[in-house]
Amino acid sequence: MAKDQREASTLDASGGTALLEDAGSGTPQDLPPVSPVRASGGRFGAVAGFHSNHPLAALILQRIALSVGLLFAVSLLIFLGVEALPGDFAQTYLGQSATPQAVANIRADLGLDRPAPTRYVEWLGGVLQGDFGNSWASGQSVTSQIAGRLGNTLFLAFFAAVISVPLAVGLGMLAVLYRDKAPDRLINIFSLAAVSLPEFFVGYLLILFFGVQLGWVSYPSTVFSGMPFADRLQAVALPVATLVLVVLAHMMRMTRAAILNVMSSAYIETAELKGLNAFRIIARHAAPNVLAPIITVVALNLAYLVVGVVVVEVVFVYPGMGQYMVDAVTVRDMPVVQACGLIFATVYIVLNMIADILGILANPRLRHPR
Amino acid sequence: MTSLLDVRGLKIEATTYPPGEAPRDITIVEDISFRLEQGRVLGLIGESGAGKSTIGLAALAYGRGGVRITAGEVRLDGEDILGLKRPGIRQVRGARVCYVAQSAAAAFNPAHRLGDQIIEAALRHGLMDEAAARERAAYLFGVLSLPDPATFGERYPHQVSGGQLQRAMTAMALLPAPELIVFDEPTTALDVTTQIDVLAAIKRAIEETRTAAIYVTHDLAVVAQVADDIMVLRAGKMVEYGPVRKIIEAPDAEYTRELVSVRSLVQEEAADQSDRLLAIEGVDAAYGETRVLSDVSVHLPRGQTLAVVGESGSGKSTLARVITGLLPPKDGTVRLAGETLPPKLSGRSREQLRTIQMIYQMADTAMNPRHTVGQIIGRPLSFYFNMHGARKRQRVQELLEQIELGEGFIDRYPAELSGGQKQRVAIARALAAEPTVILCDEPTSALDPLVADGILKLLLRLQKETSVSYLFITHDIATVRAIADSVAVLYQGRVVRFGPKSEVLSPPFDDYTDLLLKSVPELRVGWLEEVLQERRMTSAGH
Repeated sequence: MAKDQREASTLDASGGTALLEDAGSGTPQDLPPVSPVRASGGRFGAVAGFHSNHPLAALILQRIALSVGLLFAVSLLIFLGVEALPGDFAQTYLGQSATPQAVANIRADLGLDRPAPTRYVEWLGGVLQGDFGNSWASGQSVTSQIAGRLGNTLFLAFFAAVISVPLAVGLGMLAVLYRDKAPDRLINIFSLAAVSLPEFFVGYLLILFFGVQLGWVSYPSTVFSGMPFADRLQAVALPVATLVLVVLAHMMRMTRAAILNVMSSAYIETAELKGLNAFRIIARHAAPNVLAPIITVVALNLAYLVVGVVVVEVVFVYPGMGQYMVDAVTVRDMPVVQACGLIFATVYIVLNMIADILGILANPRLRHPR
Repeated sequence: MTSLLDVRGLKIEATTYPPGEAPRDITIVEDISFRLEQGRVLGLIGESGAGKSTIGLAALAYGRGGVRITAGEVRLDGEDILGLKRPGIRQVRGARVCYVAQSAAAAFNPAHRLGDQIIEAALRHGLMDEAAARERAAYLFGVLSLPDPATFGERYPHQVSGGQLQRAMTAMALLPAPELIVFDEPTTALDVTTQIDVLAAIKRAIEETRTAAIYVTHDLAVVAQVADDIMVLRAGKMVEYGPVRKIIEAPDAEYTRELVSVRSLVQEEAADQSDRLLAIEGVDAAYGETRVLSDVSVHLPRGQTLAVVGESGSGKSTLARVITGLLPPKDGTVRLAGETLPPKLSGRSREQLRTIQMIYQMADTAMNPRHTVGQIIGRPLSFYFNMHGARKRQRVQELLEQIELGEGFIDRYPAELSGGQKQRVAIARALAAEPTVILCDEPTSALDPLVADGILKLLLRLQKETSVSYLFITHDIATVRAIADSVAVLYQGRVVRFGPKSEVLSPPFDDYTDLLLKSVPELRVGWLEEVLQERRMTSAGH
């Protein structure tokens, strides 16, 4: 949020100076000419030229470049983090029977005796070609193992998103409509409660009521390939409900705040004083300006749905990425941990990048430069 | 015969929620009655909080921010619009009565093209089809002297200047050919040189369309140019109501007389201005790559006032930032009493910091709201002079007396002070450091005229008593006349004119100073016509 505000203020500032340049439109032409000083030419002439000719494209390219750079930094961090983890795969794998020689053999087999920079470059090279290496524990390709798991996680996240996003935006609008009245307070209390409870607690509560006492849904939420779609939906009901409860409140509150902020602006009063009806005021005058902040918070929560699913998957014993990653961490299966970490990071960064780009596109100042 | 607009016994209330107290109702406007005929303009004038905008909005049956119209009638062509239900009120707004806001920059939706917004009301009310509306918009853009009338509407609000936006807003109000337009301080946020164009455009448009108008402003000189009648308001009550000439030439009420005579203060300039207490030599300054000041050289003698004049964006405040060290200049030096000051704030000694103090435009935001007046004024005393306890309190008391605030103020918080009182406290805080120079950055422009006058008189008295020098930043020529010994005119970051006030403000002028001086509204009927006439003659080559 802070970043967005800073951007908004620099935009305002540039708009402000631009206004000043034009403020003399009513003044005579024979005033002392003052050349506007602009950041142009010099060493970065070509870049600056592109920047001023296609400011929108330049901004978007900049965002994409930043995201790619960030991904590389994250890959390095993940690798270093995994290196720094205490314990060792060979030790864990061999357990009681770990003789120094056996440990050394396994390390040599896995190539762990080579220097870290070499292994990082090799790993990254493989990743760029879609190859995450082989799992140490099972010896199978991480890529093929992950494919199914990622599908399961995305299935869960998708249904959670399909329910939570419209619900959050709808409830947010409802709260605005009944601002400071009973429905608004109710929504606020409910969302505050939901956001305050950790997801594992919410998950176990749901299991207790709907799984154990009422017996409506089965627990654990096991899914397998070839499972009929309806059964699959029934299986994910509780984890989806948990995820919805967790992300709903944040999106709802931000939607409410964003709409209230726009509804109190002078141009909404102008619309009101034009005699427009409430629907047109909201649809035509409020909505376009409320889009950018809502997109940001939705993207953030979508990212959380994929990344934050780890705990929920473990609680519900759901065979997704999160469960897979937690299992891999316990046995120090580093290729799997690295792959999962990198995929989570990619989802997070890409979703935020998309939100950023949509925010840029939703800004008329950037879409229609002076 | 029924009048176009007939307001009777209007009473408007609001509920305040003071922290820690029970909510209570306050009366904002009481017992207001007036009539307005077609083609006539009524000026509503008063200080902030007088209720003038509130009355203007009541003509659209609208209460801003929870304000309620609790009594009276607003009859439009004989029909009381306050009695209408919401759909009925919507038929009035944007069709029969239109509104022009103070800040067009905020009142236009940033997400839509100007043209679409301007014709929206007429289309939604079914007054004309889109082609006719666009044609009328282009015609009005021409009347209002907007550039490229045919294509102006294709631009977005951020693509045009403030003055153009204000005229576009006027076009939006005129487009449905309403019976009445409410102008709410339409030129207050503009520079004087822009204000005169907008004012002329509004006046011409009103004359051509024969619409009636309510013109809300705090500037008597502005309203005298456009209004037929004037109502003077104070604290929600009518003070005086009559034809414009009567109000400005022979006012009955004491308050109106004060309003008319305000800003007639003139300071005799010092004869000897050779002293160079503060000397700014060849200063260039920039924010990043954006150059703001170019080769600025001015100086300020001890015990005198240098007014720095210019429009917004001319670099006035940047000059103050350079002098204080907040913005190190790219080139040039600042010397105080012959000693070159380090360019950066962090390079200056405490003694150097003490000698230059500042007063800001918004006293509100320049004070910690959680500190009492005693703490605010006492801070420089302990910081610079290591004063504490009873001695400090004693000194704060003396300073409060100097700024004409009594003993009772020392334990108050800023929120408990009026705008003028806050500015006085800010002055006392600056004085507490016993500076040789005080930089005043538009200290009176956010204040009502009578209060501003009081502040200027106080500053002049303090200058006599303490021989402090002022560098006084302002965009207002009347303030310059009231306080300055010497004047520097800044235009786009350059000093276009600098010297004793009598020289700077008398001909021969450079083009910019000429334009600036001629754009300042004068309090007499017909001033606007004279200026416009003269401009036409000049452009015709006389």
